[in-house]
Amino acid sequence: MPYVLPVLFALVIVALLPLVAGYIVLVERKVMADMQVRLGPMRVGPHGLLQPIADAVKLLLKEDIIPESADRLVFWGAPLISVTTAMVALAALPIGPFFQIAELNIGLLFILGVSSLGIFGIVLGGWASNSHYSLLGALRSAAQLVSYETSAGMAIVGALLLAGTLSTRGIVQAQAQTEVWFIFAAPVGFFIYLVASIAETNRAPFDMPEAESELVAGYMTEYSGFRWALYFLAEYTNMIVVASIATTLFLGGWLRPFASTSYLDFLDWLPPLLMAGVAGYCFWRAPKQPVAVQKMFMAAVGLLCIVLALVLIMPMAAPRDSFLASSKAGIHGAFWFLFKVGAYIYVFMWLRFTFPRYRFDQLMRLGWQFLVPLSIVNVMGIGVGLALHRQLNWPAAPALILGIVLTLVAGAYLLATGEKHEHPRVGEEEEEETPVNA
Amino acid sequence: MAERYNFGAGAGGVNVETTVLGADEIILNMGPQHPSTHGVLRVKLRLDGEKVVGSECVIGYLHRGVEKIAEHRSYQQFAPYVDRMDYVAAVSNGLGYCETVEKLLGAEAPPRARVIRTILTELQRIASHLFWLGTHALDIGALTPLFYCLREREEILKIFEKYCGARLTTHAFRIGGLQYEAYDELEKDTERFCKDFDRRVDEYESLLTENRIWVGRTKGIGVLTADAAIAMGVTGPVLRASGVQWDIRKSMPYAAYDQYEFSIPTGKNGDTYDRYLVRLEEMRQSRKICLQAIENIPAGPILGKVGKVLKPPPGEVYHSIEAPKGELGYYIVSDGTTQPYRVRIRPPSLINLEALDQMIRGHLVADVVAVIGTLDIVLGEVDR
Amino acid sequence: MTNDSEEKQPPRPAEAEKPAGTPAPSASPSASGGTPSGETPGKPAAPSAPVAAAKPPAAITPPKPAAPAAPAKPPGPPPPPKEAPPKPAPLDNDLVKRYKARFGGAVVEALLDRKQAILVIAADRLLEIARYSRDEEHFDLLVDLTAVDWPKREKRFDLVLNLYSFSKNERVRLKALVAENEPVPSVESVWPTANWLEREVYDMFGIVFEGHSNLKRLLLPEEWQGHPLRKDYDILQQDEAWVRENLGIESGQ
Repeated sequence: MPYVLPVLFALVIVALLPLVAGYIVLVERKVMADMQVRLGPMRVGPHGLLQPIADAVKLLLKEDIIPESADRLVFWGAPLISVTTAMVALAALPIGPFFQIAELNIGLLFILGVSSLGIFGIVLGGWASNSHYSLLGALRSAAQLVSYETSAGMAIVGALLLAGTLSTRGIVQAQAQTEVWFIFAAPVGFFIYLVASIAETNRAPFDMPEAESELVAGYMTEYSGFRWALYFLAEYTNMIVVASIATTLFLGGWLRPFASTSYLDFLDWLPPLLMAGVAGYCFWRAPKQPVAVQKMFMAAVGLLCIVLALVLIMPMAAPRDSFLASSKAGIHGAFWFLFKVGAYIYVFMWLRFTFPRYRFDQLMRLGWQFLVPLSIVNVMGIGVGLALHRQLNWPAAPALILGIVLTLVAGAYLLATGEKHEHPRVGEEEEEETPVNA
Repeated sequence: MAERYNFGAGAGGVNVETTVLGADEIILNMGPQHPSTHGVLRVKLRLDGEKVVGSECVIGYLHRGVEKIAEHRSYQQFAPYVDRMDYVAAVSNGLGYCETVEKLLGAEAPPRARVIRTILTELQRIASHLFWLGTHALDIGALTPLFYCLREREEILKIFEKYCGARLTTHAFRIGGLQYEAYDELEKDTERFCKDFDRRVDEYESLLTENRIWVGRTKGIGVLTADAAIAMGVTGPVLRASGVQWDIRKSMPYAAYDQYEFSIPTGKNGDTYDRYLVRLEEMRQSRKICLQAIENIPAGPILGKVGKVLKPPPGEVYHSIEAPKGELGYYIVSDGTTQPYRVRIRPPSLINLEALDQMIRGHLVADVVAVIGTLDIVLGEVDR
Repeated sequence: MTNDSEEKQPPRPAEAEKPAGTPAPSASPSASGGTPSGETPGKPAAPSAPVAAAKPPAAITPPKPAAPAAPAKPPGPPPPPKEAPPKPAPLDNDLVKRYKARFGGAVVEALLDRKQAILVIAADRLLEIARYSRDEEHFDLLVDLTAVDWPKREKRFDLVLNLYSFSKNERVRLKALVAENEPVPSVESVWPTANWLEREVYDMFGIVFEGHSNLKRLLLPEEWQGHPLRKDYDILQQDEAWVRENLGIESGQ
């Protein structure tokens, strides 16, 4: 029965993903509120904890509107394509050493290929809506994906050179063996991937396809209710996917920080302590909730956290060689993996609420004139480093650092030349052009 | 040309035409329901790809016939209506109207009233600019500044509320002076606000001014040269950003502006970035005026000698003030009765908006949004 | 307090001094502008443009210079004692003289009302006078263009143009008497901003402007009947017609 476990995992993921996506939205709104000196959702459940559920119910119950002049079949099917491809991509990602639906030897290639198909959902949806906003949004999306997929792919190639395998599990293991996460071996690659992945998931400041102040909602303009929710789900799933790829490739996957340094093993206590801390906060806040239901709910959340903390602590407390102890890698691995994915998504949010939006041509220029060349140089830089290390037997560190320096120099050059193109000024440089004279 | 704007039902109805070059020209109907047309502005854009090759504004969705209403109200009765034009700067509207009628009557507000008017109007200018900054940034995709701006604006609205009980459509002044005496802590509140405010503007600047994306999105966008600006009748910060140092507060002082020191910021390039900097600097200058004004509010009556029934002698007057958005003028004709014979309002937003077409040609759709934002229009005032 | 300047603007003086003082002010619009094409307000030149940074500030501000000419202290705290109620009076200063010399009978009347100069001109020569006002008198800014309806008069409309001169810091009002259905030359070619303003006047009063590039309603919908700001426009009629057409009943108003 080798398929039982994968199928089980798959079911869990499909069942949980909408919930997770919903809660990422909530977290995003809370983070946004925090950055904008306000509270965010507070009404539904304590601290708005039930907001995602309320939203989901609302979306499901909404009238299903299909514009009269839309291509009904395509309009109907497009969100499905988006959401399906996004979910399929999750199949090959290892959430910890044990939780993985399918271990493929071409894992990464599979993920990239499948997740790129999601663009069909967007383009078709935009086209089928028969609206200019949608069409423009869809076209932008297609152009953007093509541009940034290139540099993202190149950035990944850099890391793959280091890992020497396409298997997602293999990549993490390679990082475990070398004891260096690839973010340190190829920082430029990570940076490129970060930027490209934001663009690929259509997040601000690259959210051209749905730029609300320009295109209303871009390709989603004509969608509402459940179908709109599917697009939303796809978008957040995509975020999880790119964050997972980045975690796997650059951030050491499920590995604990300093995984192989035994005197730092006390770090294993961090996860349960964290959960216990959250639980403590919940219990502390629970009596202060205004309504009885909210008190109970808050306490329930605290209990959940306690349970998680216990789950995390069990393998460590259990006697050696017992089954529980051997499950430690799986449980703690999952924790660290999700933690890193969360941190990566947090960076997404942070950027979104800080930056204005690029204009479309600027986005393209950044993509093609800066990121693509830089990612190519990055691959070559890593190649040079590896060649020095493997062929000429240089020690690894200086060889890789040499590669990184090469890449950075190229990046600085690109930045400097790009600057010139960006503002073709008529006159001379002037910085104090604006104000004041009495 | 006009006939070519031919739309199917609904926003964004597909209607493709063939240009001379053989490329398809799209007509995009932006508004009247659009997140960033600041109300019910509708712009028909002719696009070549995403490039704007032509545009036409369709306005009037908020037309309430204010000028006609005025002919059927007494002078005092009409005063609250003007607050509903530029509803984010109601105090300024009221000031303009009251001063115009005073002029028509040959009356004048007492000094104390003028100083308090100046304080409130300058606070209103700050509030209006703050709201502009927030929404402008939002249009360009920066979500966060809006809330910082609203936080400060809230302080100002609180002062208004304490003063006259209303936050938005204040109806703060009366013809001949003020209706209400300043409340006890007006100075203190204003001072507290002003003390903080400089730092707050720096805060906005730290978010935007040197942000590469912000600069990239605003520099060189919607350029209006000084000549073009004057020809288009553009006034206010938009004109000043084009390099014309003209401010009615200085050139034809009203209220108590001649008593205070302040400078008129100007820009150089007349682009969106300059307009942004000019408005930021204007906020700082307004703060300066407020600080000077609260230092010495003369004692005395707050209401000048105007009768209960206003019957201005026949004749006409044009008076204008520097509203946050530009020259706000009132042209009132009296026939000697208690009701104005004709009230003409020169709305800065309307005339600034006229320059839109010229400013967006050749830019991309995204820039249209930036330019609409930078013009700082309020549709209540455009349509009246 | 704004407009005080202009009446006592008889000051040919103010104008005469101008040449000396003017170069700077006139440069103002373009001086600091990155746009070298400045020319509107006064003498085109604006040669000192690039260096605008240093001291032009002082020089640039056009407003003040003219102000002193106006004796009526603008807004100073103590209001000047008010005498008899203001009323329109004939005006005969240099500005008027220049207009009269140039256009003779086309300048029908010159008035001073509440210290504001009004020139009543013949409608058919409006374009000419407008061009002269802009080019020779430097009234660069068409502040406003509107109309007033006097239905009992033979020529029922006043077409009112409010002009402003940056270099002189002075306002003047041109007023043309227009009969119903009498076409008026459009001043759009002089001040492009007149485009919308004339459309609005057409919309509200039904005055037709000849030579306007796109004369259609501005604020009201295309199919609107009548011109609301005319004094004889009856709002009830409109309402009844609408109700009858759209609701199929008699209006209760």
